[in-house]
Amino acid sequence: MIRIGPEAFDLEVESARLTAGRTDIGALATFVGLVRDETGGLLSLTLEHYPGMAERHLAAIEAEARRRWRILDLVVVHRVGRLVPGEPIVFVGVVAAHRAEAFAACEFLMDWLKTQAPFWKFEERVEGGRWIDPRPEDEGRAERWDKSSGAAAPVPARGDAPDPL
Amino acid sequence: MTILYFSWVRTEIGQESETTPPPPEVTTLGQLRDWLASLGPGHAKALGPGSPVRAAVNHEIALPDHPVTPEDEVAFFPLFSGG
Repeated sequence: MIRIGPEAFDLEVESARLTAGRTDIGALATFVGLVRDETGGLLSLTLEHYPGMAERHLAAIEAEARRRWRILDLVVVHRVGRLVPGEPIVFVGVVAAHRAEAFAACEFLMDWLKTQAPFWKFEERVEGGRWIDPRPEDEGRAERWDKSSGAAAPVPARGDAPDPL
Repeated sequence: MTILYFSWVRTEIGQESETTPPPPEVTTLGQLRDWLASLGPGHAKALGPGSPVRAAVNHEIALPDHPVTPEDEVAFFPLFSGG
């Protein structure tokens, strides 16, 4: 399940929802991304998304994760709007029979959503504001999965293809 | 045609969407970008040659030769940086 919105999420509530009423789950892997202030000068981080396209591409990433691993259920919650340091931005939770699938799918979902879903970050710092460029290592992390998928997969449309225009 | 701008493309141009409809001779995404870049200095900076802008037609990433029609939703934006 995919959810995008300004509302805060509760790690316990999201995790409990994934496991509620089931006894076939052996592993629950979760990831929470937070607003990080490395230098002490960050006032806020504003997350912008392309409504419609973001939901569609996160759903494609969810489908790809379900195709690659035997996942029992998963949830991705991505917040938008103005957040302050320490606040959670994104939640990924995966339940599976075994931990290997849960760990791998959780990491895959995060790596792909960073490079393939239409979200952008604006940083407001004491010295001014700026839009954040993606980090090259994020692209590298996402590309690792292209080589490890086994069968050739229909890859969701990418936002990071070299100079499409 | 619905034309949307996101992130610094939006802030450079100073509007979330385009109000002027493109002329009928604009039939591809590349032509649309070139025409939009001619509309003003903000447009030129965000969409002109060399700007690292990406585009989607009807929510799918598209290349310059992709056709565009009056029914399409076209968006211009930078590389994604979510998560």
